[in-house]
Amino acid sequence: MTEQPIIYTEHLTKRFGDFTAVDAISFEVQKGEIFGFLGANGAGKTTAMRMLCGLSLPTSGKATIAGFDVYKQTEKIKQNIGYMSQKFSLYEDLTIKENIRFYAGIYGKSDAFIKDKTAQLLQQLNLEAEGDKLVGSLPLGLKQKLAFSVAVFHEPQIVFLDEPTGGVDPVTRREFWNMIYEAATAGITIFVTTHYMDEAEYCNRISIMVDGKIEALDTPAGLKETYNAATMDDVFLQLARKATRSDA
Amino acid sequence: MSAVAVHNLVKQYKSGKAIIEAVQGVSFDVARGELFGIIGPDGAGKTSIFRMLTTLLLPDSGGATVDGSDIVKDYQAIRQKVGYMPGRFSLYQDLTVEENLHFFATIFKTSVTENYTLIKDIYVQIEPFKTRKAGKLSGGMKQKLALCCALIHKPVVLFLDEPTTGVDAVSRKEFWDMLRNLRQQGITILVSTPYMDEASLCDRVALMQKGKIMTTGTPQQIIQSFNHNILAVKAQNMYGLLQVLKQWNAIEDAYSFGEYHHVIMKERYDKKVMRQYLASTGYADADIHAVTPTIEDCFMQLMQHKHD
Repeated sequence: MTEQPIIYTEHLTKRFGDFTAVDAISFEVQKGEIFGFLGANGAGKTTAMRMLCGLSLPTSGKATIAGFDVYKQTEKIKQNIGYMSQKFSLYEDLTIKENIRFYAGIYGKSDAFIKDKTAQLLQQLNLEAEGDKLVGSLPLGLKQKLAFSVAVFHEPQIVFLDEPTGGVDPVTRREFWNMIYEAATAGITIFVTTHYMDEAEYCNRISIMVDGKIEALDTPAGLKETYNAATMDDVFLQLARKATRSDA
Repeated sequence: MSAVAVHNLVKQYKSGKAIIEAVQGVSFDVARGELFGIIGPDGAGKTSIFRMLTTLLLPDSGGATVDGSDIVKDYQAIRQKVGYMPGRFSLYQDLTVEENLHFFATIFKTSVTENYTLIKDIYVQIEPFKTRKAGKLSGGMKQKLALCCALIHKPVVLFLDEPTTGVDAVSRKEFWDMLRNLRQQGITILVSTPYMDEASLCDRVALMQKGKIMTTGTPQQIIQSFNHNILAVKAQNMYGLLQVLKQWNAIEDAYSFGEYHHVIMKERYDKKVMRQYLASTGYADADIHAVTPTIEDCFMQLMQHKHD
């Protein structure tokens, strides 16, 4: 018996006036998968992601996230996902512990849960002595790792990561991906966008969006074979150059 | 005379009680006509250096000259002869494409027609939208307009602070093609980027981390100074493979690198030894081959040395 996909979309579409930002995309993501969501600027990634997170109503098509409907159960979706991006990080003028308590509180976690898990998290990040430090005083790499930990703190079924490693140094970037692997091993599904093509290789499967459509979807090895390309960079360039919708 | 000469530049910021040492004694030279890259992650100090060199920020100590003019004493002269494209879009959002360009040309007492040849190749791409307000442009078009505005007075030195951050792989390639064309026209370009793979597109680069330059040189020189052999390894279970490699005492370091793991070998260990080791740990089928280091490998090795 196969499990129900954790993300399911069928002809999912979003139009703004006569502009079709997302054009009938259909795909499935399985539980525990690391799914890379790639595309050029303006291809429709952000609009698609907003629909999947329950933040924007589709114009037509179907989608369920963790079994919840993107039209009718958006609050349920929000409770069952985590989200982090390079831009929306943590509150700089709150301490590490305050940020954790704030986010976990929003997700309705109990004080006992928060207390236990905070101790565990600070230990994992080697931050036991720094729980009362302001987040603003931390180096960027550590902030991003902390932001990821906070995004999965409430034990969501899926976490959406929007360019999580932008501007991060190469060593921290790899430490960050280690955390992603650990979360995926623990059964959290990862949905990630990135502009680093080497990171595309770390995903189990990748989709590439061009002009609002999913033009390709496969494992990194499968894509390279199909497009007869040596690297993911080549695959991406071949597909993205076909774009007619210009972000000039 | 160098186009840009930087000597022991220092800048600190106060943040509450804490002092942030943004730039900690940085020195480098940029020759005329050179395309020079400052490569480093966020927080390396790139923007602080650019702001000091464009006279928007005073150094705490040390100094620099741009086209022979001192960044503190001769700030007015420098402002006449440099072009600056900040990381954050800072044109007038409520002026049109055309109006922005004319505005910058007028401020520098020149006209769009006078230096049109310099911006022609870039401007024709946004000309169809010349009556559109700058705030309504897409990211890629904003970037092209900003570049035109920074070039319209034919600057001696062009400063571009992270022009390709958050930009997709195709647009990044196009942007670098534009830079190469400008360089052909004799403009000295200083560009910063967090993308290590863009280093190879520069004539020379400085690799920066936490306020300090770790090394300066041509990309080729930096790669040649990498003093270990690197083996690229691949197997079915990449995560398990990395754990096994990290436990091996024959290596300096092992980390993921796209499709492969890169393994920095200690001296006198080679591919044969690795094959034996991997066979004994259940990875007999691993694909192993030697590779040339990339700038990213060099950057990571330099970072490790800083930790020691």
